Amino acid sequence: MSVGGASVLSRMAKVVGDSNATSDPAQIAAYQIDGRSPATVVHPGSSEEVVEIVKFAAREKLAIVPTGARTKLGIGMPPRQYDVALDMTRMDRIVAYDPGDLTLSVEPGIPLHKIASALAEHRQFLPLAVLFANRATVGGTIASGVDSPLRQIYGTARDFVLGMEFVTGDGIAAKSGGRVVKNVAGYDIHKMMIGALGTLGIITRINFRTFPVPRAVRTFVATFRGPTAALELRHAIAKSVLRPQSVEILAATGSSTAEFGRRAAISFENNRWSVVASFAGHDQVLDRDRRDLQALAQGMDRSSLESFTELRAEVAENANRHIAGLPGAILEHSPAAAIFKTSALPTDLAGLAAGIQSIEIPWLVMMRGLGITYLALLPPDCSEGSLRVLKQECARIFDLLRKAPRGRSVLLWCPPELKSEINIWGAPPGDLSLMQKLKGVFDPSGILSPGRFMGGL
Amino acid sequence: MDSRLLHDLTKLLGPRGVLHQLEELLLYEYDGSVEVARPDCVVFPRATADVVEIVRLAGRHKVPLVGRGTGTGLSGGAIARHGGIIVSFSRMKRILEVDAENQRATVQPGVVNADLSVAVEHLGLHFAPDPSSQKACTIGGNVSENSGGPHTLAYGVTTNHVLSLEIVLPSGELMRLGSAALDPPGYDLTGLFVGSEGTFGLVTEITVKLTRLPEAVKTLLAVFDSVDDATETVAEITARGITPAACEMLDGWTIRAVEDYVHAGFPLDCAAILLIEVDGLREVAETEAKEVADVCGLHHAREVRVARDARERDLLWKGRKNAFGAAGRLAPSYYTQDGVIPRTKLPATLRRIGEIGKKYGLQIGNVFHAGDGNLHPIILFDERNEQQFRDTIRAGDEIIEFCIQMGGSITGEHGVGMEKDRLMPLLFSEADLALMRRVRDVFNPEGLLNPGKLLPTSKGCGEIYVRPRPAAAAPSA
Repeated sequence: MSVGGASVLSRMAKVVGDSNATSDPAQIAAYQIDGRSPATVVHPGSSEEVVEIVKFAAREKLAIVPTGARTKLGIGMPPRQYDVALDMTRMDRIVAYDPGDLTLSVEPGIPLHKIASALAEHRQFLPLAVLFANRATVGGTIASGVDSPLRQIYGTARDFVLGMEFVTGDGIAAKSGGRVVKNVAGYDIHKMMIGALGTLGIITRINFRTFPVPRAVRTFVATFRGPTAALELRHAIAKSVLRPQSVEILAATGSSTAEFGRRAAISFENNRWSVVASFAGHDQVLDRDRRDLQALAQGMDRSSLESFTELRAEVAENANRHIAGLPGAILEHSPAAAIFKTSALPTDLAGLAAGIQSIEIPWLVMMRGLGITYLALLPPDCSEGSLRVLKQECARIFDLLRKAPRGRSVLLWCPPELKSEINIWGAPPGDLSLMQKLKGVFDPSGILSPGRFMGGL
Repeated sequence: MDSRLLHDLTKLLGPRGVLHQLEELLLYEYDGSVEVARPDCVVFPRATADVVEIVRLAGRHKVPLVGRGTGTGLSGGAIARHGGIIVSFSRMKRILEVDAENQRATVQPGVVNADLSVAVEHLGLHFAPDPSSQKACTIGGNVSENSGGPHTLAYGVTTNHVLSLEIVLPSGELMRLGSAALDPPGYDLTGLFVGSEGTFGLVTEITVKLTRLPEAVKTLLAVFDSVDDATETVAEITARGITPAACEMLDGWTIRAVEDYVHAGFPLDCAAILLIEVDGLREVAETEAKEVADVCGLHHAREVRVARDARERDLLWKGRKNAFGAAGRLAPSYYTQDGVIPRTKLPATLRRIGEIGKKYGLQIGNVFHAGDGNLHPIILFDERNEQQFRDTIRAGDEIIEFCIQMGGSITGEHGVGMEKDRLMPLLFSEADLALMRRVRDVFNPEGLLNPGKLLPTSKGCGEIYVRPRPAAAAPSA
């Protein structure tokens, strides 16, 4: 670093105003990533200010990490260098919302719940039923690439983000995509920004396609003894003409997980595996969904089906919200938890489930119908002994997950102590060299969230 | 072309795997657009290894390479703008794997779009992107152009259905992007690659999602005496929270042209028709069809017809999908635009297109994906009349400029290619384009892959552009 902390602060304050830049230790503490604090926190109010800040940082080789509500900074590695936390929450405007066109353009710092209220006035929504939805910003949600149970029918951000504006690591404001629902002009650079943990650019605007709120939603739970029949039901739904909006398979061991089950309106006792499926549409359609789903559930191995129930509307709403936010709830409850995200083909889920059952510490698993699995390991505490066991189990799970060769796993969250000992990203993909070259294009000085992403990107 | 290169290519692919005689090359001067340029040779690889070797040979001689499926593209994507080698994938057309359980298929790039859907129909599956040219166009071409189609309103465009790609970089390096499983960790290079119009790499394998066929489909034909009534119907369908599988509009002139050709049963004296399809569970299709019919009635539809069976449904779609062919019967050439507007701006845009047609004395028909605001104005012209040809291009540009003013885009599904590269600065700043160029250079540093496409070669686009005059009518889409 060629400039001292004080001059960084004064330079930043010149760009954003005195009240929007700070080096106050009390305030900075809230921006820690795995125990590391930035020297300065800056709150830009516009894309132009972001450009100024990034240009200065690039010149002085200051590392910047963009932040929103700071709910998911635990994902990925801590930055190799961390000088400036770029708090985007002042950029929280809805820039444009055209309900008739089903399009929305927002700044990154707006909380998801504020978008939800604005859209609800027109009976529309964004299908981002994600963790920390009560306070996460849209920018952080997109940059961290977290998914939602509703992807079963609506897809992920990759499918409904229409375009973005962003500032690259050399301080250039650029954009890709557009604001209309159909557009093939230019390269879809914004797709790379999704899930890149801020390593390619600082997102300053996101354009979305919005969706009409369905008239009614009904949620059903089929509980089985063991994973086999639960996964069979998943396959049967996929082969049927039913179009559920979410299919989640949940199971867990250990007394500490009981509360998570209760809030999802299910029980984990005695190796119960529950399929929670929700459907949206008209009443007469939902009656048909219920009939067909029940028939499919009862068509599974009879001795395995323990119950088939429909959740009452208010219970269902809470349960679905809880399931969508489950990884977040687990982290809040047990900070020492390790959570894997595994992408597998649906037919490989059975092997995965069998392996999970052999884990010796308490665990909770949530498998999305499309093949995405979240697996949480829950050590009793943060003691050295517990962490040692956790580390052994994590290594064993990476081995186990390698047995689903067509899938990939990352350790999305774990105690910082483990990150130096385990490669949380798993084996590098074959196209890592292209990713590295692209990182060089977007961030030639290597100042954007350096080292946070896979392969040291 | 260098005789040693030709010799090496012939040695690799056999004499029937290389075309280089003038009369053979004439066929490869065109695609579905109004553009023309002659390649130096056309090669026909049979396997990925051939493609790797072709790329290496071309690289050694610094000769441009242009990938090509069946040449149905509408923006000049598969034309060798600066000469060089066209790599035709017509011999790489095997479906390599169908994984019905996981709803995936892996195909070679030369597989025809509709052939994949036909091959998996018995499993209750299909490949959802359905360009109008789906019976001829290839999936490799769909990937390059990020193709759409009428049913993308509910099902999404090509990029929403592509999971993984095997590509050959200009360096000859073979690379796998993405994975058959969802959410592969790392940057979304598959998402970046789809729609890169052949400027990043040659695709040798594609893994796609297969979509379950709906239990029921209802296709409605609504007839209107006013274009505004038709566009307001579209707006209200959206406002009611219905997302039809497709929502297409044809204006009166186009209807008459089509009816004369296809005999789809379209009324000859109306101002516009909407072709609306709803699908899903039987109950969904029935409820939504009824509601859509009600909305049409509220907006003064003169008649709402529901196709009674698959035959009637196919006939209605045949009318829509042959609109361009019908236009081709009425003039020596036609030029199809591909602008996009926010769908609420439809009435204003249609009025403007009418004015532009009057100004230049050109006949412009309108066929479009009304549900997502993707317009396809068809401008009829005679390419032997140079003034008319220039006016046609100017009229097209004015339509596109209006789309941009409305907050739209220059292309919804046809691609930029060599047709609209000069219009890119209307949509993107110099900084945006410079970044795109640097991204392209990561894949294609020497610019040997599909040069002169997508990105403008010169700054600005204020100058009047005069194209090379095409020698024959453009084929239909």
